[in-house]
Amino acid sequence: MLKYSLKRLAQSLVTLFIIITVVFLLMRLMPEEGYFGQAYEKLDEAQREAILTGMGLRDPMHIQLKNFYKSLLVGDLGKSIIYRPKVPIAEILKTKIPYSLYFGLTAVVISLIAGISLGIIMARSKSQIWDKLGTGYIVFINAVPAAVYYLFLQLYVTDIFKLPILFKPDNTASWILPAISMSLGSTAAYAMWMRRYMVDELNKDYVKLARAKGLRNKTIMVKHIFRNAFVPMAQYLPSTLLYTISGSIYIESLYSIPGMGGLLVDVIQRQDNTVVQALVLIYSSIGIIGLFLGDVLMAMFDPRINLQKKGGAR
Amino acid sequence: MGNGKINKLSDGINESLFEFAEFDDEEAQRAGYSNYSYWRSTWQVFIKNRIAFLLLILMVALLIFTMIQPYLPNQKIPTKIYLDAKTNMQLRNHRPDAEFWFGTNSIGQDLWARIWSGTRTSLFIGIAVGLWEAIVGIMIGALWGYVRALDRPITEVYNVMDNIPVTIILVLLTYIMRPSLSTMIFAMCITGWLGMARFVRNLIVIIRDREYNLASKCLGTPTGRIISKNLLPYLVSVIMLRMALAIPAAIGYEVFLTYIGLGLPVSIPSLGNLINEGRALMMVQSLRYQLIFPAIVLSIITISFYMMGNVFADAADPRNHV
Repeated sequence: MLKYSLKRLAQSLVTLFIIITVVFLLMRLMPEEGYFGQAYEKLDEAQREAILTGMGLRDPMHIQLKNFYKSLLVGDLGKSIIYRPKVPIAEILKTKIPYSLYFGLTAVVISLIAGISLGIIMARSKSQIWDKLGTGYIVFINAVPAAVYYLFLQLYVTDIFKLPILFKPDNTASWILPAISMSLGSTAAYAMWMRRYMVDELNKDYVKLARAKGLRNKTIMVKHIFRNAFVPMAQYLPSTLLYTISGSIYIESLYSIPGMGGLLVDVIQRQDNTVVQALVLIYSSIGIIGLFLGDVLMAMFDPRINLQKKGGAR
Repeated sequence: MGNGKINKLSDGINESLFEFAEFDDEEAQRAGYSNYSYWRSTWQVFIKNRIAFLLLILMVALLIFTMIQPYLPNQKIPTKIYLDAKTNMQLRNHRPDAEFWFGTNSIGQDLWARIWSGTRTSLFIGIAVGLWEAIVGIMIGALWGYVRALDRPITEVYNVMDNIPVTIILVLLTYIMRPSLSTMIFAMCITGWLGMARFVRNLIVIIRDREYNLASKCLGTPTGRIISKNLLPYLVSVIMLRMALAIPAAIGYEVFLTYIGLGLPVSIPSLGNLINEGRALMMVQSLRYQLIFPAIVLSIITISFYMMGNVFADAADPRNHV
């Protein structure tokens, strides 16, 4: 178990290293106007060169890379150029991360609870009205682009329940809808898998035996089926995290939540290269950490997994 | 033959019983013959699902309609700005009426024409990405699963790419390469093959060592032929499912990229662009039609492809054939 975790950790670190390098190299391909902000028009060629040299952008690539790793190790992500000129990015992020963290975690918790309950309800009333309604919901959420239903939720739900349209930190009512919208996608995923695993378990022989012994339906559901169906759900935790990340980019800018997702949209539109680079790295690291934790969690939950065989793709 | 009934012993010697039976090739085949055809059975199971069949007709009609719409009479030009005849000003935010069926947008362009033009763009993106995903995904997946020497390197590449959220890769690539139609398709193709390749690989690993493949190999069948004749037919249902789902996904990513400001230029109408334009005006109750019309068309397309894909995948599975 420990050996597997260490091996998996090493793999994650290598991945992270590759991604940092690739992202850094790709960002060097960007047009250089991005490093000047408003001042670009006013400067002549020599001044621009001087600034670029001062920023270390004229050094050979391997030295630039080395400096980049060095500063990353001490947590220095560089300075913003256009968004908030000359302010260290770490400083900007400090105020943003708590919001993203709060909404992300809330969304994950809501979707876990709602999704698994919905899946159980659907499995219990197989091919009846609840099952059909739930399937409709899952199809809708999976097929329609998130941007569309997020917009309509914001438009109509705020109307109906008299909720504020934009997010305000001191108004609790404005926290509700963003968190719920963010959880919708993962809720559908959890419900779908939970229903499938439950239905699979329902048809197994041990359930028939339990029924023949005269156990109550409820006991069978809770003590036998639920437990077995729950284990494979652990593997969907990391993908929920990835789902929530992309959801948060929309949601935060839709409701103007001062988090990282909204910031990403902001700096892309203003073409602040260094901040985009930092955010891309942060989001990728979250993805890597999420999948790592998911794999380790899965190995802990389910002793049936053969770790030696798991060298291939997940 | 064999009908001769014996009433009396003397009749028992029925000469006809001692004739040679003629060998009839057709008769001999009859017992072993069934008129099962894979594609016909798939089709029969598919059309049994009424909703899927209706959606299929709807989508075919819609595809044909988007193709011929510009050539129909009385159609407006999607990028032309219409002027008000009386004031000679741009016909801004004109409500839907007999002249402009879906109204006009904030600079006086006909929304009806724009929606169909946008549908063309979005469907083009979707189908291009779907085809790419199928071709590259199947090729890489087949090699990955079948050629043992390639297992390790492709797995490593996959693990690296799979660790980053797809949306982040899309954002990074379109940001670096400047937004355009080809950039967008390229970025989606970079990530698109991953899921398909993995599916194909896992299925191939399961079936590649079955006896009939071993036999085929011993008889000297080349690898390419084993993959295409022995393995791929098993994968048809999964491949069709992934392709059908790739189309709504690509349309969705287009909307996402447009939303965060990395979409197509405004001069090329696409469903993402239209929704984004509609979003800017959505706080005005009377202008919401500019968001609602494109959103409805988009939802119908994505839901149809999603449902058809799922039903078809069930239908293409031989275990569901009667």
